[in-house]
Amino acid sequence: MFENLTEKLQRTFKNLRGQGKLSEEHIDTALGEIREALLEGDVNVGVADDLLAAIRAKALGSEVMLQLSPDQQVLKIVRDELTTLLGKHAKPLFASRPPSVWMIVGLQGSGKTTTTGKLSKWLTQNGHRPIVVSTDVYRPAAREQLAQVAKAVGTTLWPGAGTDKPLEIVRGAIREAKLSASDVIVVDTAGRLHIDDELMNELGMLKKELQPSEILFVADSMTGQDAVRSAGEFHKRLGLTGVVLTKLDGDARGGAALSIGKVTGAPVKFVGLGEKYDALEAFYPERIVSRILGMGDILSLIERAEQTVDRKMAAELERKMRHNEFSLEDFRDQLKQIRKMGPLEQIMDMLPKMGPLANMPRDAHVDEKKLKQVEAIINSMTNEERGDHNVIDGKRRKRIARGSGTTVQDVNQVIKQYMQMRTMIKQYGTMAARGKLRGLGGKLSGMS
Amino acid sequence: MFGLFKKKDELEPSLLGRLKESVSKTRAAISAAAGNIFLGDRQISPELLKKLETALLSADLGVATTREALEAVREKMDREALRDAGQVKSELKKQLLRIFEAAESSPAAAGAGAAANGDGPRVLFIVGVNGAGKTTSIGKLANRLRQEGRSVLLCAADTFRAAAIEQLEIWAQRNGVEMIKQKSGADPAAVVFDAVTAAKSRGVDAVIVDTAGRLHTKSNLMAELEKMKRTAAKVIPGAPHDVLLVLDATTGQNGLAQARQFTSAVGVTGIILSKLDGTAKGGIVVAITRELGLPIRFVGTGEQIGDLAPFDARTYVDSLFD
Ligand SMILES: Nc1nc2c(ncn2[C@@H]2O[C@H](COP(=O)(O)OP(=O)(O)O)[C@@H](O)[C@H]2O)c(=O)[nH]1
Ligand SMILES: Nc1nc2c(ncn2[C@@H]2O[C@H](COP(=O)(O)OP(=O)(O)O)[C@@H](O)[C@H]2O)c(=O)[nH]1
Ligand SMILES: [Mg+2]
Ligand SMILES: [Mg+2]
Repeated sequence: MFENLTEKLQRTFKNLRGQGKLSEEHIDTALGEIREALLEGDVNVGVADDLLAAIRAKALGSEVMLQLSPDQQVLKIVRDELTTLLGKHAKPLFASRPPSVWMIVGLQGSGKTTTTGKLSKWLTQNGHRPIVVSTDVYRPAAREQLAQVAKAVGTTLWPGAGTDKPLEIVRGAIREAKLSASDVIVVDTAGRLHIDDELMNELGMLKKELQPSEILFVADSMTGQDAVRSAGEFHKRLGLTGVVLTKLDGDARGGAALSIGKVTGAPVKFVGLGEKYDALEAFYPERIVSRILGMGDILSLIERAEQTVDRKMAAELERKMRHNEFSLEDFRDQLKQIRKMGPLEQIMDMLPKMGPLANMPRDAHVDEKKLKQVEAIINSMTNEERGDHNVIDGKRRKRIARGSGTTVQDVNQVIKQYMQMRTMIKQYGTMAARGKLRGLGGKLSGMS
Repeated sequence: MFGLFKKKDELEPSLLGRLKESVSKTRAAISAAAGNIFLGDRQISPELLKKLETALLSADLGVATTREALEAVREKMDREALRDAGQVKSELKKQLLRIFEAAESSPAAAGAGAAANGDGPRVLFIVGVNGAGKTTSIGKLANRLRQEGRSVLLCAADTFRAAAIEQLEIWAQRNGVEMIKQKSGADPAAVVFDAVTAAKSRGVDAVIVDTAGRLHTKSNLMAELEKMKRTAAKVIPGAPHDVLLVLDATTGQNGLAQARQFTSAVGVTGIILSKLDGTAKGGIVVAITRELGLPIRFVGTGEQIGDLAPFDARTYVDSLFD
């Protein structure tokens, strides 16, 4: 099921089992593959090379564990290293005496105003009384945008009418917050380049006036190598307390999160997953690591599955996976579950975009129809056939096709797909059985 | 009919100057980052190649494009056809320039920039992911067209984002041009229909359609864009004549996926590389041009109305190293 990097590492370490220490030569080949994965994932080249040095040292010193194959062992070191760099899951900060101030800063178009709306909604849902204010006096209609956003999420807005001086606007907002007993002021600021001295000074002045408990850097997850410079400069000037990573609903790998973590040390506190104001989630470092490495957001997928999938069925399925007893009937049940999980498109977005799944059609509409067809075909089989696909000869295929209103080719295809999935599951099953996929295996057993 | 897509030797000196200026601002940062690639290096050393690789990777060219460009250089080095660091540098630049030159004669470039067929306005669609700089680029494009003496109509087809219509309206006022709009939340294809019909009946030279930002992975939103395109073609056969993808220069490797998806959905004819006034180089356009043959039409160099310059491959490639 997993892609590229996993496979490449497997190849690199093919003949290494039971050899004591990992050899230097093998490790360096593996590091080359890892470097490429990191760079493809938009991790800054300097940050990637530092990471690789640390990974190399750890890998060289480690004994080959009986429990883990060498490729899995290296992958584990890589994951641990990346997760450490991203820091721990961190909660947002409030002042000891309200109102707390959250300053929202970042480059142009990264998602600051939208995030301001999302945060105020999140705050309200968590029992706070936020007030939002825009200090973006530069971008056309920027203040109007926040006004509309505030209306949409039902948050109090300080319009700051009558002045276009950011400092005066926020002074008014502080007064208003006290009058209206608001406990958090979320301050939206204009997008600016980190090399724009004048505007960076403006942020410094606002910070001095506001004494914020959070200065959140809003970063676009599609950002490339430059993230170290922009985030680094914002941090140097302001001392960032956290990061919001936006637009993660796309297919960007999000390596900028690592680059930003490295140069600022500030934890990612939230991620943005859409344009709607409830598309904001807490950030869990482990989850993005496999995504950056091009392995898809497997954990989110599993969490989604956990929420919708029948637990007993999942446990049973896991047992079957371990014992290679995955039948056509299970295949059908799986497809049903997948359809229950929501629009296929969204699920596809969480799967790895590389390796064996790279060319998988991602058109949801076609697939939904196909899924129904597959179900119909399997429904037309006898119990015996569903239990053992080997008995399905040409004659039976014709009957199944007639029964399901499809063609023999369609039936052939379903059986082929089933066999492919079975093979995939077999590989996965052995991994999970050996407890190799810490997160995944653990999560799956937790479902029972 | 239109001077929008001029050849590089026809560039106005002022615009070229502006681009150089914005590029030189970043120059200091770049050479610092790349450790002054060429200053101390008269001799060809293994470190030289490493430094070049770092420079290209740091500019977001990506692993494959960087490797390909360097392979060609390395091969010449092995044949001892390159004598010093200076020659290595110019060979590498030549490799990169070749990619842009090939795009100039690509099928994608052939259709774009061609004069509209005379009977009806030229229709430009501006597309891209969220926050890329579409609306701002439209404000700047309208200004360029006005300076060429063209009449322009803007179409507010981003009916989704809060205050997107108000934002474009301000750009319309700045340019003294008319804008066609409907209510927020309206069907964008309906706004396109109104705008293109109005432009046709009024004999306007160009309609620029602002579209909502959308991630290329959202098939429903991409389908919406296709519908807008079909609507335009119903009113004016052949429209839109240009589909310009706005790409933020800070974008990393995801830019390639964006270009692929937008091209396959709505046939992108060219790229506007925005926000080149920062320290990001937008090197993913090299990979995009290499793979899709899409020409880069303009670069955005700021938030003001005049901050748009025609793309010049030579200046751009220089900026990757100097
Ligand atoms: N798909 C997606 N779009 C987002 C997200 N956050 C913001 N946007 C969009 O990005 C664009 C720029 O957002 P905006 O809040 O205006 O950015 P600002 O310039 O930093 O204030 C808008 O089109 C938003 O709808 C996100 O998490 N996912
Ligand atoms: N520095 C800089 N900022 C830009 C440039 N183009 C657009 N922007 C800014 O980027 C942000 C998003 O631009 P906008 O046109 O609203 O993007 P859209 O969502 O794609 O329509 C705004 O703050 C713009 O002022 C550019 O070339 N340079
Ligand atoms: Mg804003
Ligand atoms: Mg816009």
